[in-house]
Amino acid sequence: MHIAIASGKGGTGKTTVAANLAALTEGDETVYVDCDVEAPNGHLFLKPELSFSETAGIPVPQVDPALCTGCGKCVEVCRFNALACVAGKLIVFAELCHGCGGCVPACPEKALTESSHAIGTVSRGMAGDLHFVQGTLRVGAAMSPPLIRAVKAKAPDAAVIIYDAPPGTSCPVITTLKGMDYVVLVTEPTPFCLNDLQLAVETVRTLGLPFGVVINRADVGDARVRDYCDAEDIPVLLTLPEDRRIAAAYSGGALIVDALPEYRASFMELLGKIRDGAGQREKGKAVRS
Amino acid sequence: MIMKIAFSTSGKDLNALVCSRFGRADGFLIYDTDTDEYTVVENQQNVNAPQGAGIQAAQAVVKAGASALVTGHCGPKAFTVFAASSIRVYHSDEVPISEALQAWRRDALAEMHAAAVDGHWV
Repeated sequence: MHIAIASGKGGTGKTTVAANLAALTEGDETVYVDCDVEAPNGHLFLKPELSFSETAGIPVPQVDPALCTGCGKCVEVCRFNALACVAGKLIVFAELCHGCGGCVPACPEKALTESSHAIGTVSRGMAGDLHFVQGTLRVGAAMSPPLIRAVKAKAPDAAVIIYDAPPGTSCPVITTLKGMDYVVLVTEPTPFCLNDLQLAVETVRTLGLPFGVVINRADVGDARVRDYCDAEDIPVLLTLPEDRRIAAAYSGGALIVDALPEYRASFMELLGKIRDGAGQREKGKAVRS
Repeated sequence: MIMKIAFSTSGKDLNALVCSRFGRADGFLIYDTDTDEYTVVENQQNVNAPQGAGIQAAQAVVKAGASALVTGHCGPKAFTVFAASSIRVYHSDEVPISEALQAWRRDALAEMHAAAVDGHWV
């Protein structure tokens, strides 16, 4: 079962929910995958021992100056403006390249080959019985989806795989959400969160994925998030209260389910609802096929 | 001897101001110091480019045959392109192009030898 924890707005509690869920699902073989490669922080709470690390890269063109005639056909093809041709010479700006490979066949002289340009690292390890995978984008690298794909590919197959998504609704999030069985959207009851939640709902609906909402710090703000979920028939899977002890545990890098065991039942219930939601999809699939 | 100078600008003639932006300027006025005539090269395709505007604008300036550029700011990637094509880059405030041209002729414009601003990505 592939479960993504996403949000729209950042800082609503994605990692809190993802890490606590991952820590709970003992018994089932479980994997936690930190896809927020620009700021991976699940490790702060799960404290894995990392035993494996490798560089992830994208294929960028390399020019053979002996073959290049400076015709500029590759520059015309590149929609990412990563190539320039001046004074008969080709200049490659690897940091702008998206690794699409379009330029290579465009070259009539076969002067372009591909080489790997490092954009980050994928590391893997164990946190107790929990499998842990994370990606770390190289500082200065602008494009995270290829790294997120590499991170997802390194996640071992297991009964439960929890993906901690990046914030927002753009390519990194879409890349994370591909192939999910269920998506949890974490939000807070504020106008700002509601705005971004609506964007996230639109995204997840467009992708055709089953989803539900977790309202964090549910007793602050106003009722608009709740009203929106009711009006849109979106299941609210869990509400977490504004509890200073949760903030204190978080600040010390502790999991809620460890520091405040009275919340274990809430997270168990959340996991059950996710299973049900994902299961309904499985049934739907079976009916359709 | 320099024959063509490019000015980043949003205007179409010598009264227009030099634009402080380079890569996302509306266009470039290419002034020919031999004939005292000028043309305007549009840069619209780069104004809203998601990335790499400076690179493509620099390439357009090179293609226009300019051997000097007068602009406000210019990033590191555009500079890489200029370095490969031996174009000299001069700084001007947002003054009318005619004034900037006179200042350039008096050798009163500071030549930029490196990027005046940071790149957006690295």
